[in-house]
Amino acid sequence: MTTVARFTVDYTRFLDPSGKAVAELPAFARDPASLVALYRAMVLTRAFDARAVALQRTGRLGTYASTLGQEAIGAALGEAMAPEDVLVPSYRETGAQIARGVRMSELLLYWGGDERGSRFTGPREDFPVSVPVASQSCHAVGVALAFRLRNEPRVAVSVCGDGATSKGDFYESLNAAGVWRLPLVFLVNNNQWAISVPRSRQSAAETIAQKAVAAGFRGEQVDGNDAVALRAVLEAAIERARKGGGPTLVEALTYRLCDHTTADDASRYRPAEEVSGHWAEDPVVRLRNHLVAAGAWRKAEEEALLDECARTVEAAVAEYESLPPQDPASLFDYLYAELPAALREQREALIRGGGGDE
Amino acid sequence: MSENGGTTLVEAVNLALARELERDPSVVVLGEDVGVNGGVFRATAGLQRRFGEARVLDTPLAETLIAGMSVGLAAQGFRPVAEIQFMGFIHSTLDQMLNHAARLRNRTRGRLTCPMVLRAPFGGGIHAPEHHSESTEALFAHIPGLRVVIPSSPARAYGLLLAAIRDPDPVVFLEPKRIYRALKEPVADDGQALPLDACFVLREGRDVTLVTWGALVRETLAAADTLAGEGVEAEVIDVATVKPLDTETILASVARTGRCVIVHEAARSGGVGAEIAAVLAERGLTTLLAPVVRVTGYDTVMPLYRLEHLYLPDEARILAAVRGVMEYA
Repeated sequence: MTTVARFTVDYTRFLDPSGKAVAELPAFARDPASLVALYRAMVLTRAFDARAVALQRTGRLGTYASTLGQEAIGAALGEAMAPEDVLVPSYRETGAQIARGVRMSELLLYWGGDERGSRFTGPREDFPVSVPVASQSCHAVGVALAFRLRNEPRVAVSVCGDGATSKGDFYESLNAAGVWRLPLVFLVNNNQWAISVPRSRQSAAETIAQKAVAAGFRGEQVDGNDAVALRAVLEAAIERARKGGGPTLVEALTYRLCDHTTADDASRYRPAEEVSGHWAEDPVVRLRNHLVAAGAWRKAEEEALLDECARTVEAAVAEYESLPPQDPASLFDYLYAELPAALREQREALIRGGGGDE
Repeated sequence: MSENGGTTLVEAVNLALARELERDPSVVVLGEDVGVNGGVFRATAGLQRRFGEARVLDTPLAETLIAGMSVGLAAQGFRPVAEIQFMGFIHSTLDQMLNHAARLRNRTRGRLTCPMVLRAPFGGGIHAPEHHSESTEALFAHIPGLRVVIPSSPARAYGLLLAAIRDPDPVVFLEPKRIYRALKEPVADDGQALPLDACFVLREGRDVTLVTWGALVRETLAAADTLAGEGVEAEVIDVATVKPLDTETILASVARTGRCVIVHEAARSGGVGAEIAAVLAERGLTTLLAPVVRVTGYDTVMPLYRLEHLYLPDEARILAAVRGVMEYA
């Protein structure tokens, strides 16, 4: 017998859970301003998240997927992507979406049941949230292929959760990205739980990252609660893709401190001790501890930031709640570029207020 | 391709693809075996050699990917024309077509759009293996935001495919493979598209309206000829776009004839014929002289090829149905 293939999966961490550096920090991290930017993005995401959950609890927002405990992923991705890159998100990329310029009022509109939330005044080419898990990874293949066909130095980033990596769409997309060496980064938010199914029941593979190996390209793990490591790994993957080095799968190991969505009750399937144990790895506290220890962050700045985030989020809520409702005709007006004759009667019946059923 | 008296339907598809690849640099053709091999039915023959690997792409063998990456390409401003090798393999694209292609414009309020075409040969009658002969157009016709277009002749295949590619919204384009090569007619490669969302009245008649599409247009026209010999003048309508339906043309015809027989190859229950019959019941009831009758495939699994002749409607079944409705004065 001969061995015909062998592989390794790298794992990157710069900050331990207490915020102490465990390896020599990447160049960007020596500039406190860049770490502060990551930190501010995480705190803003958490503030938005808490407000969104509260709005849902009081009937002012629909079902919402919280990102609690996973804020480092969005913050780092926001820093690592260039504005002209395209994000193809799942429904837990609130942080990355905010960082890329999606208005918080738009996010609230989306989760508040209003299509205008996906119209995005900011990143016009980013995809809207994809609810059918992993289906969006196929879109990212098309987006990355478009960049290749037009010879543009741009990168597509597709994000999904650990559960989504069990789906065929995910494998089909990895496979194609490998065949064509596309400028595409697959980021997996491995938060250990796909609603009630734990990572151990999702796949017998030791890592999700190694699924890339079967598709012929690099897969690696990163501490998903270490914003510094995430930014370094994602930046390297994105720049490699931009320079023609092909795709990368980045598996970010984190933990879902929240329920799956506001419609879920995780206490039905996972012990409270497991959750509380993971609070010790809180990515926000980790980076704050690091900044404080480095003398780059003080109490007054923290208080000012929290105050600023609260005001920003409140302004977004006010904008969300003050937007006039959509015109009823909007049900029909975006179905096709031009409304087919066959639908005119239904549209008129809706506007008249009857169902047109008489 | 006009030697030997004309162009076949599959050649017309090829002409339309070449015409659009030539005319519009945003058009890309993709799918399994569409490149070097020119497609298993040769619909894309020669296109990769002529337009290069960047415009005519062989994909990995993955239908969900083919539809999904087309959504991504289309959102980026390309006009992907994707081939699914057989209708039996199209169903894993339903997730992408229903959840994404058909609703991208709507869910982004027009920010992103999806001008893609998903082509597939469909229907039975060529003694193909299992999963190669289905007619499941109704599954797609049920989806708001999609167009489902079915040509029934070389000229209409050419003109409708041009229109489908130029359309700003997603189109499922189903090619009746039984007549890919069964008939030829002159097709002028003039770049002239035919209208979508519109029926074609192929024959005018005062006594009964025959509504059909796809390969069965042939049998229906043959039946109309036979009926003419019996003194019954049948109007024959090729629906062509089964979603959205041009109900006005059908209603206007039935208003004159008072009788309607709907002919399609797909299984009867929940088929597009049921929708047409419902529209006639809702809006054409007072013009009807006889019950609306459907001549369709049975509500059975599509049989393997030894029995498919029992499943596929033929001229005799169409004639029997028409003679039945003619008995109502």
